[in-house]
Amino acid sequence: MKYIDDTVVMKRMKSRLKYNSLWKLIFLIATSLALLTLVILLVRIVTQGSGHLNLDFFNNFGSRFPDKAGIKAALIGSVLLMLIIAPVSMILGVGTAIYLEEYAKKSKLTSFIQMNISNLAGVPSIVFGLLGLTIFVRMLVLGKSLLAAGFTMSLLILPVIIVASQEAIRAVPKEQREASYGMGATKWQTITRVVLPAAIPGILTGTILALSRAVGETAPLVVLGIPVILQFLPDSLLSQFTTLPLQIYDWAKRPQEEFQYVASAGIIVLMILLVIMNSIAIFIRNKFQKRY
Amino acid sequence: MKKWKYLTMTAALGATFVLGACGSEDADTETETETEDGAATGSETTDNADSGDAKLSGEVIGDGSSTVAPITEALVEEYAGVQPDVKVSAGVSGTGGGFEKFIAGETDFSNASRPIKEEEIAELEKAGIDYTEFQVAFDGLTVVVNPENDWATDLTVDQLKQLWIEDGTTKKWSDIDPSWPEEEVVFYSPGTDSGTYDYFDEVILDGADLAKAATLSEDDNVLVQGVAGDKNAIGFFGYAYYLENQDKLTAVKIDGVEPNNETIESGEYTPLSRPLFVYAKNTALQENEAFYDFMKFSLENAGEMAEAVGYVKLPDEKYEEGLSTLEGLK
Repeated sequence: MKYIDDTVVMKRMKSRLKYNSLWKLIFLIATSLALLTLVILLVRIVTQGSGHLNLDFFNNFGSRFPDKAGIKAALIGSVLLMLIIAPVSMILGVGTAIYLEEYAKKSKLTSFIQMNISNLAGVPSIVFGLLGLTIFVRMLVLGKSLLAAGFTMSLLILPVIIVASQEAIRAVPKEQREASYGMGATKWQTITRVVLPAAIPGILTGTILALSRAVGETAPLVVLGIPVILQFLPDSLLSQFTTLPLQIYDWAKRPQEEFQYVASAGIIVLMILLVIMNSIAIFIRNKFQKRY
Repeated sequence: MKKWKYLTMTAALGATFVLGACGSEDADTETETETEDGAATGSETTDNADSGDAKLSGEVIGDGSSTVAPITEALVEEYAGVQPDVKVSAGVSGTGGGFEKFIAGETDFSNASRPIKEEEIAELEKAGIDYTEFQVAFDGLTVVVNPENDWATDLTVDQLKQLWIEDGTTKKWSDIDPSWPEEEVVFYSPGTDSGTYDYFDEVILDGADLAKAATLSEDDNVLVQGVAGDKNAIGFFGYAYYLENQDKLTAVKIDGVEPNNETIESGEYTPLSRPLFVYAKNTALQENEAFYDFMKFSLENAGEMAEAVGYVKLPDEKYEEGLSTLEGLK
């Protein structure tokens, strides 16, 4: 008795191999199309913008002369904004995640909250801008300040941070918690000494990726009315400021062609900032993540 | 456990570095603005020497038209050289968006590329905000066609109306003049929140709908690209955008008058030459000395700055008039 009929296998082999390489080709094209777009974009931006990338570009404020226009106010504004968003969104986000994962009982209410958090993550950013305008800028009279923008952006990325933190907390094995309880630790001791240290790489990775989104975001800031034209650096939390994406958009809209190149230089700076942030996220993940 | 400590330490160290970097940046600014100050006052004309006498400080907040924004930016840039401690900031939410914030009491001045509307005046009254209108420059709303278009280089206002007003039909060039090609007209227009659109609406459309086929964009460079890339295209936008793209576009003469500095300033280029405005809050002018000083500086230098960024200055009397109105408000 023969289990494999060689002639039949050989006959079908050719078409099976062809079919296989056909799909391989399709996937290869899909990948290279994405890569090609990225390369074209990068080459275009770098060739256009590199001429303006010099020390003056980082030391100057906006200007009507393309040669004198600089990114100082926008870069510092973006970094400061990040320094507000990071603690606010992390404290609220991780706190919510701990509550939902460790304390809250499984009930209709918690699953309702859970569902809404997931939905909030998909709400367009401009809606958060309108919310921020009503609550922070107008009701709390924070004005178009760093603080108002920081709170708005924190709300925007909060759902992402909550979901990421929940995943990280859930990934800590139950046995570790039980071992901790078994040694007589309280719930709070278990959370601070067992769960959080194990979950922190996942939480930080999620937070930094969410922060990168906040840094590149323009729409909510436009709604808040964050200015673009200014010649000073913020000196308090209630100070006026501007950010990289706003400044880039403003340059790109100018009639003078030279300003398009200045905009490209701004994009390079923004991209470098984002690459640095993402690298930190990857570094943290690789260095501190344990597999169980 | 150890790693956890290491991590917090790195985070703390990182934060210190970032803060430290910010601190040194601040120090840089001070020295820098001082040198800029010296350079600027040296090259400035004498008429703004008086505004540089006393060192003022304070905050001035504005918003409004993106058309006026380049003039404001130039003024803010120059003013920072004269009064480095006055923090002037301005957004570019568009004329309508700017007025919305002006009505909410969030801004001291609002830039506009059209006069204030009736309903906006009513809202301001309701909010108890008194304002004063200042003219800062002229802009010639420029109708442009593709350079390959050699037929529609001189249009009358009626022809413009015929082209731009929606009447339910698909418009062809031959509808306007039978000798023109029988090809569909492609329209490019600024977005409806812009003062440029509002102004065109007022003088050409007269309340009727804009051709539905039109491509709208808030970014005037998109309109430039659109018209430059299509033989049958027609569009309109501020004079500055035409000025920078003369090689790619042809400006249409309106009733035989071509838009240029002279025809716009003299008002000969009509009805599309328009004044650009700054609306100032009266109470802010009275209470905030820095704002008063900035407005004074603006009116003294708006003409020169307007020309520098591609607009047309007003006749000198207009600025004098604005300055005396300002004087009267103090």
